Amino acid sequence: MVRLNLLLLVVLAACALGLVTSQHRARTIFAELEQEQERSRQLGVEYGQLQLEASTWAVHARVERIASRQLHMRVPEAKRLQIARPEEAAR
Amino acid sequence: MNFAASPVLELTLPVWRSRFLLYVFVAGFVLLLGRAVYLQGLNNDFLQAKGESRYSRVMEVPANRGRVLDRNGEALAISTPVKSIWAIPGEAHPGARQLARLAALLEMPQAEIGKRLADTGRDFVFLKRQISPEVAERVASLHISGLFQNREYRRYYPSGDVMAHVLGFTGADDIGQEGVELAYQDRLAGKPGSRRVIKDRLGQTVEDIESIKAAQDGKDLTLALDARIQNLAFSQLKAAVAQNRAMAGGVVVLDIESGEVLALANFPTYNPNNRSKLVGTQLRNRAVTDTFEPGSTLKPFTIALALEAGRVRPESVIQTAPGTLSIGGATIRDAHVERSLTVAQVIQKSSNVGAAKIALGLSPESMWEMFRDVGFGSAPGLGFPGEAAGKVRPYRSWRPIEQATMSYGHGIAVSLVQLARAYSVFARDGELVPLSLVRVDAPPVGRRVMAPKTAAAVRAMLELAVNRDGTAPRAQIVGYRVAGKTGTAHKQENGAYAADKYVSSFVGFAPASHPRLVVAVMIDEPSTGRYYGGTVAAPVFAQIMAGALRALDVAPDRPMQPIELPPEGQEVKESV
Repeated sequence: MVRLNLLLLVVLAACALGLVTSQHRARTIFAELEQEQERSRQLGVEYGQLQLEASTWAVHARVERIASRQLHMRVPEAKRLQIARPEEAAR
Repeated sequence: MNFAASPVLELTLPVWRSRFLLYVFVAGFVLLLGRAVYLQGLNNDFLQAKGESRYSRVMEVPANRGRVLDRNGEALAISTPVKSIWAIPGEAHPGARQLARLAALLEMPQAEIGKRLADTGRDFVFLKRQISPEVAERVASLHISGLFQNREYRRYYPSGDVMAHVLGFTGADDIGQEGVELAYQDRLAGKPGSRRVIKDRLGQTVEDIESIKAAQDGKDLTLALDARIQNLAFSQLKAAVAQNRAMAGGVVVLDIESGEVLALANFPTYNPNNRSKLVGTQLRNRAVTDTFEPGSTLKPFTIALALEAGRVRPESVIQTAPGTLSIGGATIRDAHVERSLTVAQVIQKSSNVGAAKIALGLSPESMWEMFRDVGFGSAPGLGFPGEAAGKVRPYRSWRPIEQATMSYGHGIAVSLVQLARAYSVFARDGELVPLSLVRVDAPPVGRRVMAPKTAAAVRAMLELAVNRDGTAPRAQIVGYRVAGKTGTAHKQENGAYAADKYVSSFVGFAPASHPRLVVAVMIDEPSTGRYYGGTVAAPVFAQIMAGALRALDVAPDRPMQPIELPPEGQEVKESV
């Protein structure tokens, strides 16, 4: 009887220690998750800022200015235009 | 002496004394037991809360406001987090050096910061709102006690003044105040949530207890707007307003098939990213909220009604000599006197006398119904704040002269959006299409207001107006057949028509063989001496229409030949 009791005591102690370690591990992993979530939020914010930057650089007025001033591009005159229709091209 | 025989033991005390002591102890235990049961079982909320407050915290979960995108996914409005700096005046005592660096970082005069911090009557004062996160971090590194930071959102509009009136803007708390931002506030706004967590000694979150309210990010909104066309419309409008030294102007571009608003531009405008020097005239979304007397652009509706009623045919001849028509003491004049014109020529040459004569053969009620049917006098239903309904007076109060002038667009007020939408009736074979500011995936169902045959006949007349012998040769586009109508109207001032103030307009669609776009242009008070719709508004129309058709890859329906303009000074002048 005494032996059984002692055995149960040892099992109980082991369980208790196991609980403590698993709880600790759960908490550290959770903290990690939390950090990663924060990072994902940060990256989301950065994505928004980069998108903003991209559309600021791609403002049509700027593209047009660069195209006409730096690259000397212009709309071709009517007489230099030729329309290629898909059905004609296929023939 | 034997211990057992000690006389002390012989002493007998009364029994009640020991009993009394026993009861006292038992009573004490019962009391403690009761208290313990009370605290732990019955009334444990208070203590539980006290205990929890030592380790659990409620954390705010921020939610983003949705983005506004154009129809091709280009970002037009984005929210990004910024910081605001606030202080508790009684607790913030920065040193002289700290104050100097803070003032430099916040770009504020030191005296101003000092004044705000000296206001100890308050326990909360904003030093500066909406600063960039980098600056906020440097402010935090100054370690000034009593100084705190808040996370806020700021909305940015990369396209600046180009789309200001459509998009509108949000206030400091990221709540929509104008335009789409206000109209779609519910959909765009995010709902911040909160959750309860356990934090350890180091302030790290170690356990999630419960989510009190889930955060909900605002939904993205995809507009019908095409950034390329909008940009084109805006830059052409801006140039035209400057060139004609006009007071204002507006452009509307509609997709005929879907009823989508592809572009809506106004001038003057403002930069939504910097609204410190904003005045009311810049804010006005004229194309939607302001009405004007459209002038000759309404003639096609009168003609359509006469055709529909079987009163005239396109080739019927109307006597227009001597170029004037007197009704009840008032006189209607033509700028360009012809002996007689066919109904088609009344549109082509924009004859007031012709239109008035045709109108007088129609009943006021049927004219009123036609105006209502094509959307005049009722809000166009875009969902914009403050949409104008325009004014169509009840037909019972019309006098004959009024009915005659209404046939060519006077005594009636419409907005530019209404005018553009009404022209979609001719382009869509007689159907009025509902308009939409947001992208439409399935083509909407239109409402039939005139027979397809009538619409086709008017389309042919409108095509005549846009050629060498019409009032709008400058509306022609290389490679596409264009149909449209000019409008030139005196402005009303204090109840009378001003002799030298005009509104010039042009509404048209292309390609005429299979219409795809309606473009309406309005220039308010051109002041260089040129004021005809055909010279002021038509060229703007041509530029925008040509660019938009190219942007949308619409196949040309005419050979690529240079356009023909009449010799200088021989253009057909429209009647005003």
